This record gives sequence, C-alpha cells and structure tokens, in this order.
Amino acid sequence: MSWRAAAGLRSWLLQRLSALYIVVFLLALASAWGGGAVSFEAWRAWVAQPLANVGLMLFVLALLGHAWVGARDVVMDYVKPVQWRYLLLVSIGLVLAGLALWSLRIVLLVSG
Amino acid sequence: MNHTTHRPVFLNLLRIRQSVMAVLSIFHRISGVLMVLALPVLVYLLSLSLRDAQGFAQAADLLQHPVVRLLLVLLGWAFTHHLLAGIRFMLLDFDIGISRAAARASAWLVLSASLLALAALFVFYWLPGVMS
Repeated sequence: MSWRAAAGLRSWLLQRLSALYIVVFLLALASAWGGGAVSFEAWRAWVAQPLANVGLMLFVLALLGHAWVGARDVVMDYVKPVQWRYLLLVSIGLVLAGLALWSLRIVLLVSG
Repeated sequence: MNHTTHRPVFLNLLRIRQSVMAVLSIFHRISGVLMVLALPVLVYLLSLSLRDAQGFAQAADLLQHPVVRLLLVLLGWAFTHHLLAGIRFMLLDFDIGISRAAARASAWLVLSASLLALAALFVFYWLPGVMS
C-alpha cells in the first residue's frame, strides 16, 4: 500500500495511538499530583523536570493531533460545499497549529 | 418510469428513532467538539499557571468562578464520555463485544456511566462550590 493510499489507515492509527498516550500521560499527571493542593513553585519545578517536560510536549502534540483528526472527520461528514469545507479545515488547522506552537513555547520556556 | 412508493423515506435524522449505539456515537462527536472548543482556554490557563506566581493565582481564581466551574462540569462530562466511549470503540476495533447484544449492552453501560459522572460532578463538585 502506498503512503497516500494508507492515508485513512494512518489517521485511524494516529487517533488510537494518540488516545492511548493521552490517557497514559493523564494517569501519570494524576499520580504525580494526587488531588492535593498545588503551589506555583512545585508545579513549575515539576514541569521543569526533563521527563515531565518532554512528556508534556508529547502530550500537547498527541492532544492537538487527536483534535485535528477528530475535527477533520466531523467537518468532512457534515460540511459538503467544497469551499466551506476548505475554509473550515484551513481555519481549524491554523488554530490548532498555533495552539501547538504556543503550548510548546510555554513548556520549553519553563525548562530554559 | 414509475418508482413511486408510499414507504416513508426519512432522511431527516431527527425523525428516525436512533439506536443507543447511534446516540453514543453522536455524543462521542459532541463531546470531542466541546473539548476542541475548550482548547484555546486550556492553553491560556497553562500559560498563566506557568508564567509567575501572580499568573498561577489568577488561573486558580478563574477556576473558582461559578460559571467557569459549570463549564468544567460540562468538560468533565465530555472527557468522561469521550474516554469511556473511546475505550468501547477501541475494544470493538479488536472484535471484543462485537455481537449485537454485547454492543448494545456496552453502549448502555457507557451512556449510564457518563450521565452518572455528569450528575456526580454537578452534585459533588459544582454545588458545594456555590453553597460555600
């Protein structure tokens, strides 16, 4: 199967792998904080740890990738006129890409 | 050519009696769209919380507002439903619980659990915050 022909399979796989990572990361986050009160210093120190830092950036990418595949599926199912479909997909893609860069910048600045 | 029949053709989704699986599936979409809409606010809160101590306190204050807490209840439902329905869909991918009876039963299970979570969030998270 060519790379293009596998596009649907790729999205399908991305959706499931990102879902698994999102759940694993949230479980790790929950076990790290356990519902207790959080101070600014402790929160920032936790995010500055290399493992948590990289884990958080991967989480951002997994979450926004998952959001993109899901939102794209919804748009393609309900928005038929091709110009609206393109406009919506481009807008959603730009917003999600912007959010990804913004989040990565936030997380990277903590470690720096 | 006479293809006219008098059978009703309901292309209007609102006029078709949906199965519980279909309801689950549409809630999966609605909950997903809700969470996508919340993303900009969540990233903003992340940036506030990591900026400095004032920003962290500002984010914490924001999360105490009754309206924000009500939105969090909604997001909590969306997350719970999306997670449980997602696990169910993934099990179906692996042919687990694929029979009609099992798929119906698991759909009811997920739907009741997510509605229960919504009620629990409202009663144990939102109400105490408003009462105090």
